[in-house]
Amino acid sequence: MPVEVILPKVDMDMATGKIAKWHVKEGDAVRKGALLFEIETDKAAMEIDAPADGIIGNITAAEGAVVPVGQTVALIYQDGETAEKPIVAESIPPVRPITPAPRPDAVTTAVLPAASASGHFPATPLARRLAKQGGISLENIAGSGPRGRIAAIDVQTVLARPAFPQPAEEGGFEVIPLDGMRRTIAQRLTLSKQTVPHFYLTVNCGLARLSEIREILNAQAPRDARKLPVWKLSINDFIIKAMASALKQVPDANVTWAEEGIRRHRNCDVGVAVAVEGGLFTPVVRAAETKSLSQISREMKDLAGRARVRKLLPSEYQGGTTTISNLGMYGIEQFTAIINPPQATILAVGAGMERFVPIKGQPVLRTQMTCTLSCDHRAVDGALGAQLLAAFRTFIEEPALMLA
Amino acid sequence: MMAKPAAATKGETASNQRPFYAKFTPEQLKEALRRMCLIRRFEEGAEEAYMRGLIHGTMHLSIGQEASAVGATMALRKTDYITSTHRGHGHCIGKGADPKLMFAEFFGKEEGYCRGRGGSMHIADVESGNLGANGIVAGGIPIAVGAALAIKKQKRDDVALCFFGDGATNEGAFHEALNMASIWKLPVIFVCENNKYGMSVSTERSMAVANVADRASAYNMPGVIVDGNRIEDVAEAVMNAIARAREGQGPTLVECKTYRTRGHSRSDRNRYRTKEEIEEWKLRDPIGHFEAELVANGIATADEVAAIFAAADAEIAAGIEFARNGTDPSPDDVTRDVYTPGNPA
Amino acid sequence: MNAPVRELTYAQAIQEALAIAMEADERVFIMGEDIGVYGGAFQVTGDLVHRFGEDRVMDTPISELGAAGIAVGAALAGSRPILEFQFSDFATLAMEQIVNQAAKMRFMLGGKVSVPLVMRLPSGSGTGAAAQHSQSLEAWLAHVPGLKVVQPSTPHDAKGLLLAAIDDPDPVMVFEHKLLYKMKGEVPEEAYRIPIGKAAVRREGRHVTIVATSIMVHRALEAAEILAGEGIEAEVIDLRTLRPLDTATIIESVKKTTRLACVYEGVKTLGIGAEISALIAESEAFDYLDAPILRLGGVDSPIPYNPTLEKAAVPQTPGIIEQVRNLVKGRI
Repeated sequence: MPVEVILPKVDMDMATGKIAKWHVKEGDAVRKGALLFEIETDKAAMEIDAPADGIIGNITAAEGAVVPVGQTVALIYQDGETAEKPIVAESIPPVRPITPAPRPDAVTTAVLPAASASGHFPATPLARRLAKQGGISLENIAGSGPRGRIAAIDVQTVLARPAFPQPAEEGGFEVIPLDGMRRTIAQRLTLSKQTVPHFYLTVNCGLARLSEIREILNAQAPRDARKLPVWKLSINDFIIKAMASALKQVPDANVTWAEEGIRRHRNCDVGVAVAVEGGLFTPVVRAAETKSLSQISREMKDLAGRARVRKLLPSEYQGGTTTISNLGMYGIEQFTAIINPPQATILAVGAGMERFVPIKGQPVLRTQMTCTLSCDHRAVDGALGAQLLAAFRTFIEEPALMLA
Repeated sequence: MMAKPAAATKGETASNQRPFYAKFTPEQLKEALRRMCLIRRFEEGAEEAYMRGLIHGTMHLSIGQEASAVGATMALRKTDYITSTHRGHGHCIGKGADPKLMFAEFFGKEEGYCRGRGGSMHIADVESGNLGANGIVAGGIPIAVGAALAIKKQKRDDVALCFFGDGATNEGAFHEALNMASIWKLPVIFVCENNKYGMSVSTERSMAVANVADRASAYNMPGVIVDGNRIEDVAEAVMNAIARAREGQGPTLVECKTYRTRGHSRSDRNRYRTKEEIEEWKLRDPIGHFEAELVANGIATADEVAAIFAAADAEIAAGIEFARNGTDPSPDDVTRDVYTPGNPA
Repeated sequence: MNAPVRELTYAQAIQEALAIAMEADERVFIMGEDIGVYGGAFQVTGDLVHRFGEDRVMDTPISELGAAGIAVGAALAGSRPILEFQFSDFATLAMEQIVNQAAKMRFMLGGKVSVPLVMRLPSGSGTGAAAQHSQSLEAWLAHVPGLKVVQPSTPHDAKGLLLAAIDDPDPVMVFEHKLLYKMKGEVPEEAYRIPIGKAAVRREGRHVTIVATSIMVHRALEAAEILAGEGIEAEVIDLRTLRPLDTATIIESVKKTTRLACVYEGVKTLGIGAEISALIAESEAFDYLDAPILRLGGVDSPIPYNPTLEKAAVPQTPGIIEQVRNLVKGRI
């Protein structure tokens, strides 16, 4: 058998070799150990010796050829052997070093929240998360940190959510520490007063009809298993329904303000201010225009109850397309309320008062409720606001219209 | 392929009255020849596999140094320890390692001695007392002394035998280790295979003394020089050192003058020595010498010797085949065995 | 636990651990420079040589590399050596045996051996010993897979961690702080172990997590006390182990407080604080961070000789107070 002359691996990580120079040619007789050829490498050239005595034949790689490691480049024929036909030596495929596949869980690029697409809002990770959970865009939050960085406290202020306890401020006098709710109220309403162009519209609403209907509905409420009435409607329930119906009738007023455009909402989500110890919440009755009075009543009892023990979810007091604030139970005759941005309206409701009103020139005693609508002039103009308020008044003075 | 065997020594003390031939039975002597053949064939097989691109990395062959490897290990028990060098394939086989598991290690397979994690420079077989080849020159020297310390503490009469090359004797660790082995009279035998070159720098250029054994007196231990290519010389010197150690008399340094006919590693261009020098040493081939001695002294027949060679061939071929069919480790296991399981890590 | 509680110094607690271990297991022995009749450079080994003999409390020549290699070999052959470096700085002479041999033997040999070696290293600055005798190199070594690295901060933990290290089948490096050797603390008499890889919450708080090591734990606690008077509640975590790191404890704490400061003596750049910061940033705690992560570490210079400069080179309590206060107040 002819002896194979292979191109040997001589360096670590060598996969191929280039034959720099042959020192013998086909037909030459060689002794074992004689120099056959040189391989070119990064270091000095490597001399390759004959592995056996014999005659060189079948040189298959010429000078300058690049050959895989382990491949046969020539044969040495021993005594008596002849090169009849070229023997195709099995070339052993060079072993490629194993490189591990890139791990699939390599670096993932961070995805910026959509809100920052229009600009960069530096915020801590916690602040981002809270803002996202609270449904608030970072652009609506002022940052208190260095370089305007938004921290959790800034988001909490906007969300009125007393979650993470903040370190108490120290002072020399009795200082009541500001909790999250107080900070939030302070920040939001200051922002509102400073930036929203408020104007105010007032009407007096007669309550006679409403009172009648309310009495009838409450008297005829069905009883449940415990003999309790299934509903007990309050005047506020009517007010909520009336406002929702009014907004449905005047949809251009069912809006919230945003820089990129006024949002006209499909549903009338009515927020209702509920006083709680230390502040207030405004739980929202969603799509109030589609709900019956008893439904609204039930919801409000639940929401208000939980608001007072601070057990509302953020989704229950965020959003809303308008707000109603009723201070009638405190005897307030009339007041103006501050809009909760980004809403465009807020209705301030006073107590039902007995007054003498002129009817056909004669003084007649009527019970009336004075309601003042604050409007954001950027989104709601005078005439629009007036239409809304007029519609509201109509629904209050004739509740049966809400059935149509 | 062997060089022609050197002529058997005549005119010296009749070989079979030497302590070497007195201590070992014919079976043991033939086993020693078998191991030398196995080492030679192993190295040649590894070399071939490497040239064909089947082995990752590099390797350091000990062709020409079989007598020091087998001569030093043949008198050891299984409970004695050895530490070895980056040129340690021969030491491992001398200590009883199985060539097929060594090949499996070179091929990076799970069946290898180190489950493919160590490669040529870190072959070990702890169960048979082989604390490992070492990739750091002189890395194994203090470790061998430490093993000897443990032996002494455990009141065993085992020994630790430490292989290292001429280059290692210039490392600080060599000097610190010999010093401590001596002051504490530890049962360690220091076996230097002086093959005249570190990597490319000769001992003449790198060592302040002419012989490594000259350094022994600095550490108050005997320094013995032997012809590293004659197995009987190596074995007798090491046997004496082992006896000294077992009797509690402390360490010995045995310097085996030898030669590696291959380059330092597979990428060695051999530019630092002449072909004449290499050829001259090939004529002193240790296997050829021992083979001739055995036949001349009637300890083995020519047929038996031929059979030993053939068996070695077959074992190596089978070993390579076993290794090629081995199991490749999974990348998922890349951090396995960094720590001992069951403990915080 | 009815066992009597009494006070020992940090050095005495270590000595007690060594004695307990040697009494319980005849394979355990100590080696180091001047640890025999001299009693050790910091008087830790004290009179152990008289109780256990020179065979078990071995003085070595000044040969850190050789001694480390001998310790490795002895560990491989069935002993349980405890190697004392006179100063942690001298581990640099033994790096070959620590990093190339001890740390890697088990792995290179396919899991077929363990190296049950303990190394004890007096570490840190504040004694005027200057640059070559004052380093904190624990982060260097903690970077090497195969090693375990612990830093006890109290006498109680020094005893418990050392006993755990001696039990551990893998190489453990115990970085003791020179300024702590004379510190007194409650140390139970019986044998007990502090688990390696478990941090300790030394003080609970709601506003900021301070992760500290070794002597910095004490400075962080001092700072926390002062800050509490200002209404800032700091939670102080004593890491105790650098490798493996107790990431779970740190993550839980940061999720609670939303702010993190790391205080350590090693050089700040590329130190343990850098690792902790990255760990937190990669973890679920990232979404709870309400401020950048603060690292208070050693300055980028060797430790100076002059005492004022020496102090200025590493975190001190007033600096910790000020920086943590700034962090909590959103000024950073």
